[in-house]
Amino acid sequence: MTTFERYRFTPWLLLAPQLAIVAVFFFWPAADSLRQAFYVQDAFGLGERFVGLANFQRVMASSGYWQAMSVTVLFSVLVAGGAMLLALLLAVLADRVLHGARLYRVLLTWPYAIAPAVAGILWMFMFDPVLGVLTHVLAGFGVHWDAQLHPGQALALVVIASIWQQMSYNFVFFLAGLQMIPTSLLEAAAIDGAGPFRRFIGITLPLLSPTAFFLLVMNSVYVLFETFATIDNTTLGGPGGATRTLVYKLYEDGFVARDLGSSSAQSVLLMVLVGALTFVQFRYLERRVQY
Amino acid sequence: MRFHHLFCCAALATLSFSSSAQAATTITWWHAMEGVLGEKVNEIADEFNASQDEYVVKPVYKGSYSDNLTATIAAFRANQAPAITQVFEVGTATMMNAAGAIYPIHQLMEETDTPFDPDAFLPAVKSYYTSSDGQMLSMPFNSSTPVLYYNKDAFREAGIETPPATWKAVGEAAHKLVESGASECGLTTAWPSWTQLENFSAIDDLPFATHANGFDGTDARLVFDKQEATVAHIQDLAEWQKSHAFEYGGRADSGTKRFQSGRCAMLTTSSASRAGIQEAAEGKFTFGIAPLPYDAKAVNQPRNSIIGGASLWVMRGQSEAVYRGVARFLNFLSSPAIQADWASFTGYVPITTAAYQRLKSQGFYADNPGASVAIDQLTRGTPNDNGRGVRLGNMPQIRNIIAEQLEKAFNGDEPAAAALQEAARRGNQELAQFQQSVAR
Repeated sequence: MTTFERYRFTPWLLLAPQLAIVAVFFFWPAADSLRQAFYVQDAFGLGERFVGLANFQRVMASSGYWQAMSVTVLFSVLVAGGAMLLALLLAVLADRVLHGARLYRVLLTWPYAIAPAVAGILWMFMFDPVLGVLTHVLAGFGVHWDAQLHPGQALALVVIASIWQQMSYNFVFFLAGLQMIPTSLLEAAAIDGAGPFRRFIGITLPLLSPTAFFLLVMNSVYVLFETFATIDNTTLGGPGGATRTLVYKLYEDGFVARDLGSSSAQSVLLMVLVGALTFVQFRYLERRVQY
Repeated sequence: MRFHHLFCCAALATLSFSSSAQAATTITWWHAMEGVLGEKVNEIADEFNASQDEYVVKPVYKGSYSDNLTATIAAFRANQAPAITQVFEVGTATMMNAAGAIYPIHQLMEETDTPFDPDAFLPAVKSYYTSSDGQMLSMPFNSSTPVLYYNKDAFREAGIETPPATWKAVGEAAHKLVESGASECGLTTAWPSWTQLENFSAIDDLPFATHANGFDGTDARLVFDKQEATVAHIQDLAEWQKSHAFEYGGRADSGTKRFQSGRCAMLTTSSASRAGIQEAAEGKFTFGIAPLPYDAKAVNQPRNSIIGGASLWVMRGQSEAVYRGVARFLNFLSSPAIQADWASFTGYVPITTAAYQRLKSQGFYADNPGASVAIDQLTRGTPNDNGRGVRLGNMPQIRNIIAEQLEKAFNGDEPAAAALQEAARRGNQELAQFQQSVAR
């Protein structure tokens, strides 16, 4: 503490590059979109008019916004839940592997190294309604796969692609978490007669809870923002808006329709939503975490 | 002056090409022509650059049409706009209403004393890029119109002699193709809104939107949902979808591959897809091109179809020297030789009458059956208010909304009437928003 008081400027100096980046790439655009949310502007920025809360009213009154909201909630639960559960399962299994453990770990981490856009294209090819490999496999089971037409199939496609991407990230953290658990604890429980399942529920899971909590926050952010490229490369938010999340809608309104007022209002609402979500997670869920 | 010119040429002869390029004025041209079309664009620019030594045109590929429009707008807002940008036809209303951002082509040509005759262009092309006060605002470049592609092998196998001319005949042919096992699917489409609503309306003389489909002002509103024939057409397609007589192929041009792979025996898409389809069909099947069908219940004679494609817009904020070069380049670009070459290579229609005549006299249409379908269909009769085109604000987004609602009709979630009504309702909100944003 005393050191900080003595060197008043040095910490700021050291922080400056980072702060400058945050200011230019986050605070400036955020302030700009906050301002634009109260204006109606043409695409070229040639003229603008203050409209008060009209943009927000327009967004809240549109059925499309609430459809995107419910798609986002469903999509988030499926992807975050699926990616975390699968990663946990794979991490537990990989943790027990004796031979070739390293190979398994590398292979399971691999998908994370692939850009979401590329992942989207990979899945799009495999599930292409005409040329897709998996489409032909499914046809063999009597399933007519056409994600361009059927909302359920389209949602399944983006959920699978997103889970596949995010699973690796979760896997790395769960595996690290598992390896931090002292073997002596598990051995002691085993001597006391606890079976593998009991040991998992009673010891492993509680000790993994900080990791799980961290991953929940990270996964929520991933689902909300980074799945954009996956959706844009597979379903384009269709069919009939079945895979249009809040972020995808924001992009459509802002960059396709060039309705800056509406998309700015949506981004402000999204900021509030993510802030509230993170607050709830830290306020209520973190209490249950055992460090 | 002449002496200076001579000296310049003599000096040039001793210099390499690159050093002469440095001395010349650079004209940036942002475009969205990918693959072979992009190479052709570079070729055209090279030809212009080699033809004179004052200007160097630099074409830059900026991604899809939509990407390029976004990039242009962002660049304009940052005072970094290119001299020339290519904007697709649905972005036309956006550009036309950005009076401070664009340099209208008629004005540019007049102020640089460059010869320019709007009447040299085909009427359908000219009228699309002409403002309500009769001035041409952008330079047409690549124009196309939707046609019907059909798989000749599948047609033969199903015992169908001629390509269907009406939608009723399309339905019969499609069912016959599927039932006979000649193909897995009868008909598919690319650009669903453009082919099945916008051009359907024009050919069958029905309004797509009020105020001459937006030509007469920004207060136009969508009315395609109120046309009995249009609703019935979409309902038919939805019915056919159940038996694979029709298969919805997705947005933009993704439906094309259902035809290219041989799955569907008919496809409605742009005439400019000819080269791509030709390449894909090579050695697999033979195909023919027929006019886009019409609805015999709505009209006795099909009217003209409407254009798609893109035009070139000149942006504000460049020096006078650049604009002189732009005028010269655009003049070069619309010359019959360049246009005829571009059209014959790509499948876009020749945009000037002179280019069309040139192709005709070269025997291009005689050698390439099907190539004349697009231009004949585009130029039949005189365009009326339903047939000048669709020029509405926020049109890219309206097309998305329409595609979304068509998807609901085709997957059986909603009857066609309800789906189209909702499409028009949501589209009209976009139009109202656009009208508000450009009101001064």
